[in-house]
Formats: sequence, structure tokens, C-alpha cells
Amino acid sequence: MSLSKALKRFAGAFAGLLAVCAAAAGAQMMAPDALVKDVTLEVVGIVAKDRDIQSGNTQKVIDLVQDKVLPHFNFTDMTALAVGQNWPKASAEQKQRLTAEFRTLLVRTYASALAAYRDQRFEFVPLHASPTDTDVTVRVKVLQSGAQPVTIDYAMEKMPGGWQVYDVVVGGVSLVSNYRTEFANEVRDGGIDGLIRRLRAKNARLAQQTPAGTGSK
Amino acid sequence: MTAATARARHGSARRLLAVAALAALAGCATTGRDPADPFEGFNRSMYAFNESFDKAIGKPVATAYQDVVPSPARGWVRNFFSNVADLFIGVNNLLEGRPNSAVTSWARFAFNSSFGIFGFNDVASQMGLEKQHGDFGLTFGTWGAGTGPYLVWPLVGPSDVRDTVGTVFDWHFDPVSNHYPVAPRNAMILLRATSQRADLLGASRLLEEAALDKYAFQRDAYLQRRRSLIEGDHPSREKAPSSQAPAGAPHASSDASPQARFSSVYEPRTPANYQAVLAAERAK
Repeated sequence: MSLSKALKRFAGAFAGLLAVCAAAAGAQMMAPDALVKDVTLEVVGIVAKDRDIQSGNTQKVIDLVQDKVLPHFNFTDMTALAVGQNWPKASAEQKQRLTAEFRTLLVRTYASALAAYRDQRFEFVPLHASPTDTDVTVRVKVLQSGAQPVTIDYAMEKMPGGWQVYDVVVGGVSLVSNYRTEFANEVRDGGIDGLIRRLRAKNARLAQQTPAGTGSK
Repeated sequence: MTAATARARHGSARRLLAVAALAALAGCATTGRDPADPFEGFNRSMYAFNESFDKAIGKPVATAYQDVVPSPARGWVRNFFSNVADLFIGVNNLLEGRPNSAVTSWARFAFNSSFGIFGFNDVASQMGLEKQHGDFGLTFGTWGAGTGPYLVWPLVGPSDVRDTVGTVFDWHFDPVSNHYPVAPRNAMILLRATSQRADLLGASRLLEEAALDKYAFQRDAYLQRRRSLIEGDHPSREKAPSSQAPAGAPHASSDASPQARFSSVYEPRTPANYQAVLAAERAK
């Protein structure tokens, strides 16, 4: 083996090692409550300043959610929990398609909720969890004058890449539980494929409602 | 959604309730798929009626209100009616056995009525006195009354047997609808309904987008919401699954099959239960 070849190999290995280190540093476990606070404040800060979003540019909010929020959600687990007792009956391919469609629907819904944000204040409730916990609930209160505060609970699990949300409970209403009945009814009527079709049709209809040409990318 | 509009129809709503109750009995034959919703057929037709009423009147009026009235003024209206309501929210807090909440509600009323200038400003919230939840339906629930079947009333919207009785009590003690003479009273009731519907414009759009079946989505959200308000929620304190499971629902236990762990009907959230299912799924 020539020296240059050995050097090249060494350089290659070194570069690989660097990449691994960088990834590890990036994925360094941020405390779940700190994560929720950071992401919420960042995203809300962008929405509050963006005139396009406030005037109804849906695509721009969706892009924002995809960039900033999506990485912190575990959509496979969310879908599994929403599909519930029918999940084990789905094939791997069906599971993948279900997750993809459900993700699209949730991103869309989340974006709408975000676009409706005006001047509510947030109270981030400190989390009392032990370092060994792998399943926590992070609570955020949305305060508004003349109305009861709305609680948003993020059920989060510790994953290798960091904490991820697997359910959002708004004012005591769990998103995952709420979809469970709907999904179960669809599966009873049309099977897993029926549910996938229904979700896809719903997403297509919603996508059509986005005014054309408002995309920011 | 239409709950606000419904309160507006104090007198006529009672008559409607009576008619609807008869219709409900007549509709007993309708079988729902969900044990919590045996009158699904009747409920769906009421829901359809409410939807068309909202589409024709509720939503357009609320949207116009939002477009025409500047935001600060809408805030004053919201705060004013919220302040009036705090009086009986406090009474219910006391009946529920939550004296601290009752004191908070009445302190809110005192501060907002005075420093907040007749309640137009919610200064109490800025002082850290959070607005409390309270109505007769919640009070009866705290006393141990079950919900009974889910019910949808014309203009009132989602309810159940217990909350229907509660709502009648709420109306009876409502300071606004007990106000005479009639003309300004009606104007107030309509203004309150409009304000409340306008505040829900965002939420109803969300429901439109999120739900596959809006009726079922709203029903489950309503049942979950009322349940959480009665049980209270303590995010830092894990509740035993058995204390959360409704009567008749399968209890989550570690050795139950995945089928048993998921009920197709409403099932309260139990993280421990979730984790077991997820672990089983990952182990495959």
C-alpha cells in the first residue's frame, strides 16, 4: 500500500469520525422542557414577525413547521397509537403510508393553529422529572385575557436522537385518542387501505385549498 | 361552537329542549356504534341542523363582527362578559369543594369590576389570578354524577345528560339573561353570543381541517374535555390506569393483548399503557 493511499484512507476515516462527533454533539440530549420552550418561542417569534404568514400564507407556515417542529415529533408512534388495535394488522408498507398521510394531516393542522397565533402569552411549567425518566409530559399554558388558560401537554419519550413528542393534549383533549375512534370507524368500513384512501383524499382536498403561488420556497 | 348562540335563546331554547327531548325519545331506536353515544342518529341530525344554522347565521355574523370591530373593543366585550360569569364560576367552585378557586374567581370579579373598570379590562389575569373553570355540569360531575349518553342540542351544541341539566341551571342563574328590561337584555345576549362565536372562528377552522368525521371528532373532544375538567390533571403526577379507566373499559395491564389495551371507543390517555404498546411494537 502506497503512503498516499494510506493517508487518503486515514483522511477518510478521520472525516468520518468528525462527522460522527458533530452528529453526536448536535443530538446532545436537550432537556425536554427546555426543548419545548426553545422551539415554541423560536417558531412563535417567526410567526409574530412574518407579515406573509399573518396575511394567510399557509404554505409558508407549513414550511416553518416542517423545518423547526417536525424533527421533534415521532410520527410513527403517534400513528401507531392513533390506529390502536388495528396497527398490528397493518403490513409494513401500509404502516409507512399511514404514517406519511397522518403526518401530512397533522403538519397542516399544526400550521393552522400556529397561523392563528396572535398575542397570547406562554407560561412554561417547569418539569419535575428524574434523570432516569424516559417518558415525560411537558406542560405549556397559553394565557389570554378574559379566558381560561389553555394547557398544552406534550407527551414526550426519550429516543436515541433526543426527546420526541408522541402525543399533544390540548385542554385535556388528546390528539391521539381523538383520532382513534375516527380511525377505527374507517378501518371497520374499508379496512386499513380504506383509512389510507380517506386520509389521502382529505390531504388532497386541503392542499387544494392552499392558494396557488403562495409557496415561499 | 353554537353553545354561545344557544345561550342567546334562553326562553325559546327551553321549548326547543322539550321538543328535542321528545325527539330523542322517539329516536331511541337509533343505535350508535359507540356505547357513549346511543342516540347517534338523533345527535347527527341535530349536528347537521347546527352546522347549517352556523353556516347561514353564526359564522357570517361572527366574521363580520371580527372584521368591523377593532381588536381592543372586542377584548373589552370578551372581558366584560367573562367578568360577569366569574360570579357564578365562583359559586360553582365552592360547590365543587374548591374554596381556593372560588376565592380566586371572586377576587377576579372584585378587581376587574373596580380597577378593570366594570370588567372591561382583565387586570386580574395580569395580577396572576387565573380564570377558573366552573359550571353546574362540572359541579354535578364532581359530586359523582355520570355523564349519561352524549347529546347534541339545537343551537346548544355538544352536551350530555348531566351537562344538559347543568346548562339549565347555568341559564337560570345567568346574570345577563336575568337582566330586565327585555330589549337591552336581548341585545346583550346577542352580543355575548357573537363575541363567543368570533373567539371560536380559529378553532372551528381547525376542526374543519383536522377531522375526517367532524361529528365524531367533536364528540370525542367534548367528552375528553369535560372529563379532564372534572378529574383535574396533574402532569407531574402519574395516575394509576385503573383510576382513569371508565367503567366497562378494559383496564390497561402489562399482560393484556394489544387488542385489549386499545379500546375502539374513547379511552383516556395513559402514558404507561402507550409505552407498553410501543415497546411491543419496537421489539418486533
